[in-house]
Amino acid sequence: MSYSKPKFKKTYGNFINGKFVDPVGGEYFENRSPIDNSLIAKYPRSQKEDVEMALDAANAAKESWGNTPAAERAALLYKVADIIEENLEEFALVETCDNGKAIRETLNADVPLSVDHWRYFAACIRAEEGTATELDANTLSMNIKEPLGVVGQIIPWNFPLLMLSWKLPPALATGNCVVLKPAEQTPASATLLMEKIADVFPPGVVNVIHGFGPEAGKPLASSSKLSKVAFTGETTTGQLIMQYASKNLNPVTMELGGKSPNIFFNSVMDADDDYLDKAIEGAVLFAFNQGEVCTCPSRMLVQEKIYDKFMERVVRRTKAIVQDNPYDTKTMMGAQASNDQYEKIKSYLDIGKEEGAKVLCGGEANKLDGDLANGFYIKPTILEGHNKMRVFQEEIFGPVVCVTKFKDEKEAIEIANDTLYGLGAGVWTRDAHQLYQIPRAIKAGRVWVNCYHAYPAHAPFGGYKKSGFGRENHLMMLNYYRQTKNMLISYDKKKLGFF
Amino acid sequence: MQRIAITDLAAKTVRELKTKHGVLIFHQSGGCCDGSSPMLLEKDDIYLDESDVLLGRIEGIDFYMNKDQYEYWKHTHLTIDITEGRGASFSLEIPLGKRFITRSRLLTEEERKFFGDN
Repeated sequence: MSYSKPKFKKTYGNFINGKFVDPVGGEYFENRSPIDNSLIAKYPRSQKEDVEMALDAANAAKESWGNTPAAERAALLYKVADIIEENLEEFALVETCDNGKAIRETLNADVPLSVDHWRYFAACIRAEEGTATELDANTLSMNIKEPLGVVGQIIPWNFPLLMLSWKLPPALATGNCVVLKPAEQTPASATLLMEKIADVFPPGVVNVIHGFGPEAGKPLASSSKLSKVAFTGETTTGQLIMQYASKNLNPVTMELGGKSPNIFFNSVMDADDDYLDKAIEGAVLFAFNQGEVCTCPSRMLVQEKIYDKFMERVVRRTKAIVQDNPYDTKTMMGAQASNDQYEKIKSYLDIGKEEGAKVLCGGEANKLDGDLANGFYIKPTILEGHNKMRVFQEEIFGPVVCVTKFKDEKEAIEIANDTLYGLGAGVWTRDAHQLYQIPRAIKAGRVWVNCYHAYPAHAPFGGYKKSGFGRENHLMMLNYYRQTKNMLISYDKKKLGFF
Repeated sequence: MQRIAITDLAAKTVRELKTKHGVLIFHQSGGCCDGSSPMLLEKDDIYLDESDVLLGRIEGIDFYMNKDQYEYWKHTHLTIDITEGRGASFSLEIPLGKRFITRSRLLTEEERKFFGDN
C-alpha cells in the first residue's frame, strides 16, 4: 500500500496559552521534507520574546495545574492518548513526511508507542503514593511529592512525536507546566498534536514554541523562569545547558547519545533456528530508523569462530533491505532527516574508508528515481575494521554499523567499554552465564539481552558516562519532575526543655 | 602547521557571523543528533578548562575539542566545511539555513612527525 504526502496549511504558529499565535517578530522558516526536499509549511522563527510569552503563560498556569487532582490530570493524559490513537494514520503520515522515515515504522512503532507512553504515565500517577514513617511514638515524617513548577523540554528530530511523548506525559502527570521546543528539522507532528488537543489542557499548561537553537532554544534553556530543563541532543549543547542551569541552580536531565555495542557470542550459531534468525535481525537493526537512534547498535562485535558465517548471513539480510519511497508500506528504510546529516554521514564513510575499514555492503549514498532524487538516502552500510577507528568511536547517526572480531569474553567487554559513551548495548548468547555476567560488565544504562531496540514505557532508559544522566520512561521518571516536601510532625505535647 | 583547516565557503560564513556576534569560538561536539558536528558559539558562552584541547585557529577563531574525544580523533586532520542544512543545536550559523560539518583525513607522515605523534 502506498500513501502520498499529507496536506498542510501554509503557515503555523506557536502554541501558547491554549491557542496558536504568530511569532512576535513575524518571521517564519521553511520546513522541508527530506523525502524529496519539497516544502511542507512555514513555522515560526521564534525569538526571546516568544519564549518569554510561553514561559509567562506556563508560570501563570502552574499553581492551578499543580493543585489539580491526580485523577483529573490522568484523565486528560488518557484523552490525549485516545486522540493520537484515533488519528494514528494521520500522525504517522505527517511524521514520515517530516522526518523521512518509512511509513511502516511510524504506523507500527512511533505512533502506537507514543499512545502507550501517555497511558502509562496516566496510570502511574494514580497508582503511586508518597511515604510516611513514624520516627518515634510522637513524630511522623511525611513525604509529599510536589511538582517543580515550569519545565523546559528540548527534544530531537529522530522520533519527533515519540520523544515528545517520552517527555511531556511524566511532566504533566506530576503537575508541571511545560514549554517544549521541538527540533527545527521536525516541527510538524508536535504542531499537529497541539491542533488536536488544543482544548484538552487548561491554557498555559502545555506550550510549544518553534525556532532555531541559538534564537529560541538558548533563551528557553537559560531562563530563570524555569525549574528544570530536560534535553536530548549532543554533548556541547548538553554542556551549555548545564552551564545555564548552574546559574539558576536548576536540575537537568541529559540524554546525549551513544556508540552502542551489539555483541554476538559463538553460541548464537549453535543451531540454525528461529533464535539465529532473530539474532541476525538483531544485528541488522542498525538500519532501523535509518540509524538515527541514539542507541543505534552501531558497533557489532562478533566472536571469532562464527565471524565469517555469521557476517555472511548479516550482509545478505542487510542487502535485502528495501530502501524506496517512505510512503510505501513495503519500504523498510527511508531518507535521512536533513541534508546536513546526509553530508555528515558521507564524510564518515570517507574517513572510514581512508582509515582502512573494509566496506562489506553499502558505503555510499543511494540515488533514487523521480522526485526522490532530491531526497537524502544512504545505503545501509557495514564497515569492517577495529575499535580505534573513528567510525567506531563517533556517533554517525546514520545506517552505518562497524563490525569487528573478538576472541573471548574479556576482549568483548574491553572493546564494548572502550568508548566515551554508555547508553545502550546488546548481548546475544545461548549461554546462561553470559546472559547475566556480560550485561553486568558493560557500562551502559540499557543492555538488551537477546533482543534490541525495544522501548517499553515500563523500563527505565538513560546513559552512563558521556551519554548523560537521569532516566526517561518508567515510574522512576516521575521523581525527575518533582520535589520532595518533607513534613516533620510532632504529636508530643511536651517542650524540648532547652529554653 | 596545525590539525585543523577551514574551507573558503565556511570561512565566508564565519566572517559574516563574526561581524554580527563579535568574538567567537568553535567547539567540536559528540554524541546524538547534531553530535559529531562543530559548534560555533559566542566565546563567553562556553566554559573551557584543562579538559578542552585547542586544536588550532581557523579564520581567527580558536577550535576546541574535549580531551577525551581528542584521544580518539588525534590521528586525523580536520577541515571545517559548510553545507545547506538545518541543525538543531545552538550553533550560530543555523538561522542562515547552513550547517558547519567536519571533514576528516588521516594525518600525513610529515604532520605526524611535526606533532610528535606516534
